[in-house]
This record gives sequence, structure tokens and C-alpha cells, in this order.
Amino acid sequence: MTEDDEDRADALFHALADRTRRDIMRRVLAGEHSVSALAARYDMSFAAVQKHVAVLEKAGLLTKRRNGREQLASGDVAAVRSVGSMLTELEQVWRGRIARIDELIATDNALES
Amino acid sequence: MPVTDVSHDMDTLTLTIVAEFAAPVDRVWQVYADPRQLERVWGPPTYPATFVDHDLSPGGRVTYFMTSPEGEKFAGYWNIVSVDEPTGFTFEDGFAHEDFSPNPAMPVSRNEYRFAPTDGGTRATYTATYASAEGLQQVLDMGVVEGSSSAINQIDELLAR
Repeated sequence: MTEDDEDRADALFHALADRTRRDIMRRVLAGEHSVSALAARYDMSFAAVQKHVAVLEKAGLLTKRRNGREQLASGDVAAVRSVGSMLTELEQVWRGRIARIDELIATDNALES
Repeated sequence: MPVTDVSHDMDTLTLTIVAEFAAPVDRVWQVYADPRQLERVWGPPTYPATFVDHDLSPGGRVTYFMTSPEGEKFAGYWNIVSVDEPTGFTFEDGFAHEDFSPNPAMPVSRNEYRFAPTDGGTRATYTATYASAEGLQQVLDMGVVEGSSSAINQIDELLAR
């Protein structure tokens, strides 16, 4: 890893180490949200939520654009993909389901024997 | 490892997963026919699924929601197209609002689940096809919502060391 990569990893890990910021990421990955709509969901000041959004933006995990007086935030999927391959993650969902079917079937076999 | 093959076909917009189970076809069918078993396998442990309607017959409707660790609910529905008990079924899979009405802003995938007998049990082939590349991408993006939680949990563990 180069120094830049290390700095970027630090920024990503720091950004994702906070519960509120992970929650914001889940929301903005599903669709664009205004910062004020995001702020309405948390028991903290608008300014505090803005600071969380700024940390995520600095780490490159979300992008902001202006629409009139609103600031709209959306998750940068490419950036998230750099944390781990997105397709591999989706495949993990399937693998998880299949592993759970295996476990369910193994439970029957244990009951029979 | 029960998963034997995974392929993404960006030309036909299809995701195919092949898995082998050490149980007869009837047993694997039962997982999908029984909503209480289905909810044990559908959502990841951190996003457990609850099936509300479950009519696994042609023209039937299946509805469910998954609950996030924060208690947020993500609803989905299946429209059952065809059923060949116990060897498979086809259905449309979409995202829904909280009242289970379809959310037209989200893509619908066409799914085919097939269960074939093998020497030791069952080979299951799961295919999901999307109408557009944007739709597939959108669902893959939604996959991150589920998938990133496990990735992020790993980050948590790393930081806790």
C-alpha cells in the first residue's frame, strides 16, 4: 500500500466506525436523501448530522449536490465497492441463504438419528 | 460447500447460483412451501425475514419484510407465475412499501428456482433475471445495504481488537 492508500483506508475506517454514519450510509445507498430529511431521523442537532455527512463525504463514501436550498446526499457505490467487492457481497447473501437451508436440513437429520 | 457454481451474465442480465443439498427434492421444496422454514433462510441473521402472506400457487402472492438491526422494515413481494411441485417454481420478486403495495420505483426480477434429484440429494438452480442493466445495478446496490452491514461489522471487529 502507498501512503495515499493508507490515508484513504484510515478515512474509510474512521468514517464507518460510527453507528450514525453507518446508518446514514445504509440510507443514502438505497437512494438520494436531503440532509434535512436525514437529520430528522436522529436525536441530534442538524449541525451534528451535517458534520457526520461531511466526514462521509471526505472519505468519498457519499456525494452531495445542491438543489435549491436543499443539500442532497447519495451513497457512492463505487467507493463502497472499494471496501469490498459489491458483487461478492450480493453473492454472500445467496450463500448465506443456502448455508441456512443446509443447517435446516441438518437439523432434520439430527432429529431422525 | 453447498454452492457449486455462481455466474453473472451482464448480457442477459441474469444471476445464476447452483447449490447441492444433502436432502431429497421434497425436503428442499418444503423449505419454500412452509413460510416458517422460509423465514429462517431468507433474511440474513442480522435482517431476519417475516412472511405475512404465503400462497405458493400460480397467480398467488407472497409478502414479507426484513427487519434491520435498528428495527427498520424492508418489505418485498413475490407474484407466483408457475409452480411444478416439488421440482420448482417461477415468480416475480419486487420491493414493496410498508403496506406491501409494490414500489414501482424499484426493479422487479423474474426468478426461476429449480430442484433436481442427484445421487446424494438435490441440485438447486436459482436464476434471477432483470429487465434492464439499471435495474440489476439498482438491486446490486440494494445488496450492499444487506451486504455492507456484514462488511461493516467486520470493520467493527477489527477496530475492537
